[in-house]
Amino acid sequence: MFLLIFLLIPIIAAVFLFIVKKETSSNAIAISAGLLTLLGAVYIAVNKIDNFDATWLLSINSRFVLQADGLAKILVLLTAISFPAIFIATQKNQIQNKNSFLGLMLLTQAGLMGVFLAGDALLFYFFWELALIPVYFLCSIWGGEKRIAITFKFFIYTFLGSLFMLIGIILVYSNTPDHSFLIESFKHASLTNGQQLAAFALFFTAFAIKMPIFPLHTWQPDAYEQSPTAVTMVLSAVMVKMGLYGVIRWLLPLFPAAAASHAHFVIVLSLIGVIYASFIAIRQDDVKRLIAYSSIAHIGLMSAALFTNTSIGMQGVLVQLFSHGINVLGLWIIADVLEQQTGTRSMKALGGLAKKQPTLAILLVGFAFANIALPLTNAFVGEFLMFNAIFQFNPWMAAIAGVSVVLAAIYTLNMVQKIAYGNISEATSAMSTPNKSAQAVLIVLLVIVFITGVYPQPLFNMTADTLHQLFVK
Amino acid sequence: MKVIIGLIVLWPLAGFLFNGLGRNIWSKKTIAYKATGYIVCSFIFSILAFFNVQSSGAATVHFFDFINTDTIKIPFDLKVDALSSLFLLVITGVGSLIHLYSTAYMKDEEAPHYARYFAYLNLFVFSMLLLVLGDNYVIMFIGWEGVGLCSYLLIGYWFTNATYNYAAKKAFIMNRIGDLGFLLAIFWLIVKLGTVSYGTVLTAESLAKLSTTDITAITLLLFVGAMGKSAQIPLYTWLPDAMAGPTPVSALIHAATMVTAGIYMITRSNILFSASEFTGHVVAIVGISTALLSATIALKQNDIKKVLAYSTVSQLGYMFLGLGVGAYSGAVFHVITHAFFKALLFLGAGSVIHAMHHEQDIRKMGGLKSKLPITHITFLIGCIAIAGVPPFSGFFSKDEILSAAFAKSPVYWVLGVIGAAMTAFYMFRLYATTFLGQFRGTEEQAHHLHESPVAMTLPLILLAVASAIAGAIGIPELMGGHHWLSHQLIPIVGEAHETSLSHTTEWALMAASVSIAVIALFIAVQKYKRQADDEPHSALGKFLYNKWHVDELYGNAIIQPLNKFAGFLKETVEKNIIDGAVNGTGKLVQYSARKLRLIQNGQVGYYILFIVIGIIVLFLCWFNDIAILHFLSYLTKKS
Repeated sequence: MFLLIFLLIPIIAAVFLFIVKKETSSNAIAISAGLLTLLGAVYIAVNKIDNFDATWLLSINSRFVLQADGLAKILVLLTAISFPAIFIATQKNQIQNKNSFLGLMLLTQAGLMGVFLAGDALLFYFFWELALIPVYFLCSIWGGEKRIAITFKFFIYTFLGSLFMLIGIILVYSNTPDHSFLIESFKHASLTNGQQLAAFALFFTAFAIKMPIFPLHTWQPDAYEQSPTAVTMVLSAVMVKMGLYGVIRWLLPLFPAAAASHAHFVIVLSLIGVIYASFIAIRQDDVKRLIAYSSIAHIGLMSAALFTNTSIGMQGVLVQLFSHGINVLGLWIIADVLEQQTGTRSMKALGGLAKKQPTLAILLVGFAFANIALPLTNAFVGEFLMFNAIFQFNPWMAAIAGVSVVLAAIYTLNMVQKIAYGNISEATSAMSTPNKSAQAVLIVLLVIVFITGVYPQPLFNMTADTLHQLFVK
Repeated sequence: MKVIIGLIVLWPLAGFLFNGLGRNIWSKKTIAYKATGYIVCSFIFSILAFFNVQSSGAATVHFFDFINTDTIKIPFDLKVDALSSLFLLVITGVGSLIHLYSTAYMKDEEAPHYARYFAYLNLFVFSMLLLVLGDNYVIMFIGWEGVGLCSYLLIGYWFTNATYNYAAKKAFIMNRIGDLGFLLAIFWLIVKLGTVSYGTVLTAESLAKLSTTDITAITLLLFVGAMGKSAQIPLYTWLPDAMAGPTPVSALIHAATMVTAGIYMITRSNILFSASEFTGHVVAIVGISTALLSATIALKQNDIKKVLAYSTVSQLGYMFLGLGVGAYSGAVFHVITHAFFKALLFLGAGSVIHAMHHEQDIRKMGGLKSKLPITHITFLIGCIAIAGVPPFSGFFSKDEILSAAFAKSPVYWVLGVIGAAMTAFYMFRLYATTFLGQFRGTEEQAHHLHESPVAMTLPLILLAVASAIAGAIGIPELMGGHHWLSHQLIPIVGEAHETSLSHTTEWALMAASVSIAVIALFIAVQKYKRQADDEPHSALGKFLYNKWHVDELYGNAIIQPLNKFAGFLKETVEKNIIDGAVNGTGKLVQYSARKLRLIQNGQVGYYILFIVIGIIVLFLCWFNDIAILHFLSYLTKKS
């Protein structure tokens, strides 16, 4: 029951925002709903929570099951941290129809958490789409100049993936012993090799587009660039995790044989993406596109580690799901403050931030080094374990993937140099007083970066049960 | 012991947090006292730890588990033993002096930047201590990248200067290339042994589990890490550029401590390195080549700090030569003596630069002997020590390496002595041009010439004393000494190998190398005591002056092609090919939709035709008793 109430918090707040027309307190409502959810998420993270199970679609035997295991906990926690952080950090941004904007954001949050908590395939699919639809409106109404075309492409691309997944779900469902959508039934579905392969391909396409895996990634930089930054933060910190989550929750346990026989293919593709995106990031001048490509590289590494099908790789990914979200959120908030205050995202035009707003520059350096996985930042823990897994799989691949460690240093330090150092540029000189609320959020996030980087054990403990399920039979 | 080790590490960390968080609050005086005081505290506890090791042996303390999962366990353990306790003393001892020196050297900085400087410097000491105290390779790696971070931050300390920023970035990236090698070595160890703790990895049992290929690969990869951090060919070009940082930083990080991390790493892993003949040769050859290459470059440089930087690269090369031929204690010995005399030389250079109002070109100096008496005499001591003149410290450590090299191969020895001669030459060229002859600077500079304050001269004096007498810790038995250091290091590197050399040979080698160095030294003084070097005329002179054009080579052969490749990926592959294919698919759908739309043309005949086709398809399905779903699975079964 707790999980249902928990899931309803953002939905109720969203409905409330849609009804109330007054915009004076819209920020306050969204922030309090976000913080309340965060409280719930922390409670879920540290306790053992009973599943919620209710009849839903009786005729086809689909149930409304919510469950919180380690995998769900860590992603729900990430989601619950991200949304209030975004609300607080961007509260000063000028947005028309703020109520609708925030309402849609809260609906997205509910959809995302539903995805992570769902224990029934149809329910999972329902939330998967529920998360996408508000984002479509957010991007196409409040986005940048090219928003219509870009959002259309983004929507069609990911929706196409979703449809494949739906077909896959129906395929597995029709072969379950008890004709049910529950995960357990899905695991016991009797699929022939050919069917398993087909289902694997259908699910994989959906997840590969969402992550995204090279070469299915081109919607992402455009979407990140054109979305309002608050939405970009959601997309990048949380929404891309849906793809990885799907692989861990559905793909690997359901189709182990097909996953194993295609591991090589997926890993090679992922690693090509890692190197490819890192190289492109070097040549970006737009801060948002740079972060976008950097994120593609990081996600590619996670996808490669997942498909090594090793316990150490899975452990790395479980931690990195969380860490990547925190780090990329920090970078986006900084990018947003810069864009709001200087009016530009071009790094050529920036410079001298360390003189103009030293605190923000320090925070930038902090997140930059988390982005390149410096030891004692959170990302090192995950990347260390993931690289280990790839090395176990094939040392040469680890060596090649390792090149991204150097490339990441190049593009990240380029960014720091161009934004923070040098003399104050014209654009930077236009910056007004520091955005205190954004800085406060950044400081909290940076504290998380270092705490989980120095002592990641709580994250390991939180996700131990997922690991056991997957690797100890 | 846990408390002592914990505090050694925590004092500098506290200093970092205090100065970093309070940069807008504290006065410069508070900052200076705290920053220096904390390092001195750390030094005091290091002395305690050292004597503890002397009396009751090595100690390992467990703090918490950094990573503890089903598959891998990496404890956060710190260990003091004979090797790390020596490094502790050098790091915190020299560190304290350099902090003290910095309080005066950086006094013109505004308070927030002053705090920032000391915060970085404290953080550096913290990271360096982790590096040498860690009880496994992952903790070492944490410190390893941590010192890289601090080096980056301090090289780019004056962040409005674009050149300095490039130098900082270059240092970090080149180090990262090395770090990748280190990381791969760690993964290799984990795959083969399941652990990275020294206590398990560095034992005969583990060695037996590793194949020759494993050992060679692991040691070579570790050495790649060392190449980056300790500036060896081909990853050395960042170190001369790193001189962009404030001079005390160059002394502490880029001479005395951080750059010797590679030597520490290999000495720590000596069991592995001794097991691979091949790696030993690679290390020795890279070491001696670096020593010679950078010595030739140092002959022609005119920037006081650049000469010292190339000299550092060269001396590090000697240390690797020592490691490569198995003279681990000799290499550590040279690390210690080098820490003293090179820190001294850098701080002396800082004192000169300070007096000359940020002039670093030695051609515009000259005759500083009388104006800067303390700087002069201490600098001279440093030069004698590095040139290897007995009984100063550099003589003993360099001689130990050279005689071990001779035992391995006389070629190493010959090359080493050539390098030593060049060292003596360029150091005394530097000394004579700077301190002897007539003053060649401006009137105004001459007017302002002054000796530095006590906070700066005191460290110079203490380091000069150390540079002069530190050889005492390793007087060879040949000279009736006891070689305290090599006895110290027996638990780490084992009994020193008895060289096959007779005493006569050893004396002869020593006499040869010393006399060659002394001759080179006198030639340099004679040549430069009156005038500075001109612009180089000869082709060779220009070639050396331009540092063998290695930076240009890297730029043209590596950086530019990669940059172009990245541009090609961005502009052509990404935009036209991949995204083009995606958009093309979209357009194709739209196109076919436009065409198919024409089927709905309002003519009833067409409609009836399609209805009939539809009915036939439905019937077919029905006849085969195939629902849509089963049809689908049917298809996939076939595949």
